[in-house]
Amino acid sequence: MADFPTELRYLKSHEWAKQDGDLIVVGISDHAQDALGDVVYVELPEVGAECQAGDEIAVVESVKAASDIYAPLGGTVVEVNAKLEDSPELVNEAPYADGWFFKIKASDPAAVESLLSAEQYQALCEAEEH
Amino acid sequence: MGKKTPLFEKHESLGAKIVDFGGWDMPIHYGSQIEEHHAVRRDAGVFDVSHMTVVELHGADALPYLGRLLANDIGRVKNPGQAMYSAMLNETGGVLDDLIVYATGDPYLVVVNCATREKDLAWMRRVAEAYRCEVVERPEFAILAIQGPEAIGKVKSILGTEQAALIEGLKAFQGGWCDGWFIARTGYTGEKGLEIILPEDQAESFWDSLLEAGVRPIGLGARDTLRLEAGMNLYGNDMDESVTPLESNMESTVFLEGRDFIGADALRKQTNHDELVGLVMAGKGILRAHYPVFSEGTPVGEITSGAFSPTLEKSIALARVSATSSNMTVEIRGKMQAVECVTPPFVRNGKQVYKQVYNL
Repeated sequence: MADFPTELRYLKSHEWAKQDGDLIVVGISDHAQDALGDVVYVELPEVGAECQAGDEIAVVESVKAASDIYAPLGGTVVEVNAKLEDSPELVNEAPYADGWFFKIKASDPAAVESLLSAEQYQALCEAEEH
Repeated sequence: MGKKTPLFEKHESLGAKIVDFGGWDMPIHYGSQIEEHHAVRRDAGVFDVSHMTVVELHGADALPYLGRLLANDIGRVKNPGQAMYSAMLNETGGVLDDLIVYATGDPYLVVVNCATREKDLAWMRRVAEAYRCEVVERPEFAILAIQGPEAIGKVKSILGTEQAALIEGLKAFQGGWCDGWFIARTGYTGEKGLEIILPEDQAESFWDSLLEAGVRPIGLGARDTLRLEAGMNLYGNDMDESVTPLESNMESTVFLEGRDFIGADALRKQTNHDELVGLVMAGKGILRAHYPVFSEGTPVGEITSGAFSPTLEKSIALARVSATSSNMTVEIRGKMQAVECVTPPFVRNGKQVYKQVYNL
């Protein structure tokens, strides 16, 4: 059974977002990593890149497929998880911790509240499976 | 709900992720596809491939029938039980399927792909009308492939004396019957191993014994990366009816001289054709099917199968191209990435074996 931490917010495209002061940390959900299978490569954005909510900003490649990662909020990428370059398996092992993708300095951090709650996202994943 | 093999409940109880594969509910992996891949390269793994189709050819004319049906020459097969890999072609030389025939005498044993089952059986029966040869499907068998450097030893340790002795006497690419089981030293991984066709009611207990002997269950995901590393084609990806075996890196399985198999005339006329080559990418990223391939900046074809190679720790692919050079690139999401053009296979018996090629 996949894990859906309640302190996080989610996108229907399976990213999670966590507010950390005025920064938003972004990764992919446990449900997503399980569906993808072993992650073998993550193409991260450039630090300094500007994004709008919904932009295709990164790519996660698993043994199965390449999947786009969307920016949950608009802002500037301020940090990327360099560990994923040599250890993409962290996305499978710890999707909510060491497997994070990038941090955005959001132009409107409060907008994170408009994303899906854990409950809403879990219901969506369960509907997808049936 | 798809069709289920006799081992479906075993897969579920092992926590396999089940996917639809040509109408069958099959395990794609049991947790980690990459760990399963390594288990086969380093030790031993077992694949349930009972979805594949077993066919027997009965009758006095089976040999001339196979001579007409297949691009490879069954007349060259001398040892009893020897396996022959071949393409089966249509009149225009297009590949209807690739298959294995075991020269077991009457009846001959043939294993064809599951996705092409109905088309294959209809074609084989139509061609058989002109021969004293009957095409009989044997759906009541299970098929297990046990592959890896320790596979043969582990299988021998759990079988009875007679079956173990049969295995002992088999050469690579040869099979034989013993106690209702057909055991062959064939496979789809580039490792030593066995493929065993056995009655479906004995499949579960054999599966359990294999796991107790330390053989790891392997899903179809690792089967695909293992066969790609081994430079083996997957029907429907690397070849289909729109291409000939000459365009599919299968020249060594085509014998034209003095032969009159279906599609032979079309192959004789095909002097200029594309080639199926290997690609290796040193940089980060994953090569995938249908990505466009360029030589000296000019489009020359596309990838037919691509994946991350767990053994080489970089991406590899098969691609059908009209030209090669020392300056090959693949377009990935709008960006050009450098690749090396190589001769498949990429990996044999756990080791890197490919060679670079610059010009076709």
